[in-house]
Amino acid sequence: MADTFTIHLKIWRQAGPDQPGKLVDYTLDNVNEHMSFLEMLDVLNEQLVAEGKEPVEFDYDCREGICGSCNLMINGQAHGPKALTCTCQLHMRNYSDGDTIVVEPFRARAFPVIKDLVVDRSALDRIIQAGGYISVKTGSAPEANSIPVDKAVSDKAFDYATCIGCGACVAACPNSSASLFTGAKLAHLNRFPQGEPERRKRTVAMVEQMDAEGFGDCSNFAECEAVCPVGISISAIAEMRRDYMKALVAGEEA
Amino acid sequence: MPSLLKALQSQVGRKILSSITGIGLIIFLIGHLAGNLTLFGEANAFNAYTFNLESLGWILYIIEFVLVLGFILHAYVGISIWWRRRKNRPEGYEKYESKGGPSHMTWSSKSMIFTGIVLLVFLVIHLDSFKFADTEMTTLNGEQVRDLKALVMEKFQTPLYAFGYTFVMILLGLHLRHGFWSAFTSLTMRHNKLSGIVYTIGVVFAILLAIGFIFIPLYIYFTGGQGALISY
Ligand code: HEM
Ligand code: FES
Repeated sequence: MADTFTIHLKIWRQAGPDQPGKLVDYTLDNVNEHMSFLEMLDVLNEQLVAEGKEPVEFDYDCREGICGSCNLMINGQAHGPKALTCTCQLHMRNYSDGDTIVVEPFRARAFPVIKDLVVDRSALDRIIQAGGYISVKTGSAPEANSIPVDKAVSDKAFDYATCIGCGACVAACPNSSASLFTGAKLAHLNRFPQGEPERRKRTVAMVEQMDAEGFGDCSNFAECEAVCPVGISISAIAEMRRDYMKALVAGEEA
Repeated sequence: MPSLLKALQSQVGRKILSSITGIGLIIFLIGHLAGNLTLFGEANAFNAYTFNLESLGWILYIIEFVLVLGFILHAYVGISIWWRRRKNRPEGYEKYESKGGPSHMTWSSKSMIFTGIVLLVFLVIHLDSFKFADTEMTTLNGEQVRDLKALVMEKFQTPLYAFGYTFVMILLGLHLRHGFWSAFTSLTMRHNKLSGIVYTIGVVFAILLAIGFIFIPLYIYFTGGQGALISY
């Protein structure tokens, strides 16, 4: 049997979107080092339900680091202290007996709080809708090798395609900028021959949507790269800037 | 080209403006420092340099116009980024910490707006105390010229000027510690090994530039203007 230990939590509780919120103290005595952070919160919620109290709302889906649903600011760091890790992959063995952990939602004007730790990240979806796709005829599956793609290009595109859209980049950025997210989507799609025809239009549309959603400017803090659970490089932002300026010098309207 | 104008107002374009003006200001500062160092040349070198500069006439006005425009644009973009930063996260974090690693969250990058605003205020005082100040006249090669050297010598023997100037130049160094690398990154430099080298070059450059500017007031102050490096 693994040892259990005690953790003190300060969790942001907020009843609804426009309600005032505050940090509430909780103590859990039976934390096991093999628990994930979310399982630890499950245990807390069971305890709260047993006490007849309202459980803490938090977001998740896959719990295996691929969907990008989990999103917590843990002791002031998006997804907690470990690099290349999302909240659901963080384990309690990273903490020791008696630690205090502050848990807050991802904060940004573009990410309004829905309840407790759950925020509305649909602004990211709207950036995708503005151009984060390639237009192809659906129907019968196309021949896979009709458009050859260089291995190096497709590998690089895949690096950027690993973005799970969790929004940690926005949460950790002092400016609440979505540049890493938007840059990753653009660096992924603009790289492919299939993405080429809509390259300029896509770039302009997605950058303008990002502005319109109320995400901030990029000050090159590169904190986004540090918190990104899949390690997207801010080189994506460089590519976005390059494509955007090229598109507009060429006179592309959104 | 209306679309280019629009582009410059987007957040991508704003950073391009900020970086180009920032680099322009850096180039200006290198020239400025080189000019200042003529104080340590032969007796008349500094006054001859300033006289020649002022004799450029309309060319100087064009250079000054571009400089003022660049400075204002740079400060405008910087201040508006900071303004939006506050607006775009109305409710701040109770606790916030950098995750380190590839992050460039440093003392310098976090204080760009502070060091920038100090530089803005400093510039006004600086122009008032030197460029637009009343000066004695002196004769140089039979011509009447402003004795700016005497003015510099006098001002930097007062502690407020010598140490105030030194303090601001340290802040300039901090601004450039992040700014140098940041400008290239804004101009689409990728984040890789080369970018690490650019960062190091930026740090060394920021330190050298700051030392260059600081050396003059401190030397004058501590030698009472009588140091061996300055000839009369
Ligand atoms: C001597 C004059 C100055 C020099 C050489 C200088 C240089 C630079 C450089 C090279 C950058 C990086 C550019 C970028 O990546 O966007 C920068 C950024 C910045 N500068 Fe200056 N600067 C000067 C004066 C000022 C002034 C007067 C302000 C007034 C507020 C200011 C505020 C800022 C701010 C806030 C940033 C960061 C922009 C951001 O968050 O992305 N600077 N500066
Ligand atoms: S819950 Fe799916 S990535 Fe964490």
